[in-house]
Amino acid sequence: MKGPIPEIPAPIWRNFKDLQEWELLHKTRPVDDKHSVLFESVTEGIHSFPGGFVVTTAADAFLNWARKSSVWPVTFGLACCAIEMMATFCSRFDVERLGMVPWASPRHSDLMIVSGTVTIKMAPMLLRIYEQMPDPKWAVSMGSCANSGGPFRHGYHVVKGVDRVIPVDVYVPGCPPPPESLLNGLLLLQEQIKHFKRTGQRAAPNEKVD
Amino acid sequence: MVTVAPGHWAELAGFAKETLGCCFFSFLTAVDWKEQGLEVVAKVDNLDDGLAVMMKTRLGPGVSTCASLTPIYRGANWMERECWDMFGIRFDGHPDLRRILLEDTWEGHPLLKSYAVDTPHPPYR
Repeated sequence: MKGPIPEIPAPIWRNFKDLQEWELLHKTRPVDDKHSVLFESVTEGIHSFPGGFVVTTAADAFLNWARKSSVWPVTFGLACCAIEMMATFCSRFDVERLGMVPWASPRHSDLMIVSGTVTIKMAPMLLRIYEQMPDPKWAVSMGSCANSGGPFRHGYHVVKGVDRVIPVDVYVPGCPPPPESLLNGLLLLQEQIKHFKRTGQRAAPNEKVD
Repeated sequence: MVTVAPGHWAELAGFAKETLGCCFFSFLTAVDWKEQGLEVVAKVDNLDDGLAVMMKTRLGPGVSTCASLTPIYRGANWMERECWDMFGIRFDGHPDLRRILLEDTWEGHPLLKSYAVDTPHPPYR
């Protein structure tokens, strides 16, 4: 037996135009969106507030500046490209003036430089290290091997490009790329981070050269 | 360089170690001669006298079993495991014949000529 369905009168605040819009926004959220009641983030809430975009865009510019100025790459060398990566980290080319500190833990890092051939046996470990890095995180594919498999492309054990395992933001061509090349790639990455979207979407990677 | 029938493979190794004094096991590998079958190649050294013996045996077409040298040379252990890994040659008498370089779930033996280039290996290639 069912009891009578109670009639709840509509609250008075429904009459307000802004709150009706608020309600509409609430209804137009995707059905399977379980992790947020109303907004994707606090930033989005502030942004949709009248005049709030002034705050968020300024905050975005500031946060992006802070992010791009302290990109810490995890020290992850796979092959001969790692030698060039070490040279880039050392005093002659000195990426530390760009705010990059090679760090020995993925849990404190923002950037993974995949420097060398990724084998099928290494790919799950690479993915695990990438997943251990906290968001927001970026990946640079360094050298022909990481871009597409390079000279070992038809080898039985080689992954044909690290972008089959993790998302890549910057491709650095070369076999191996000299430190200047990697430095250019890191500057490209900083340029991408500077224009990091409020939605948190990644910028499109640069054109891949095999 | 000595080429023997597969039946005398372990016997030759024993002769090289005991009589010729070749105590140092240098390497063991295999060659795939397509229709003519597989060939196992091993090199042992007598470092005192500067003597080196290259031993070969043709297994014949379609045959992929060979006598193991591990009871004679302990250094042959991992070499034979690698040979099993890459060429699929079963070494009779080997104490622990498992894959050594590739993962245990790997299908096929990639250094055989019959192993196709660009064989897909999901999810990564």
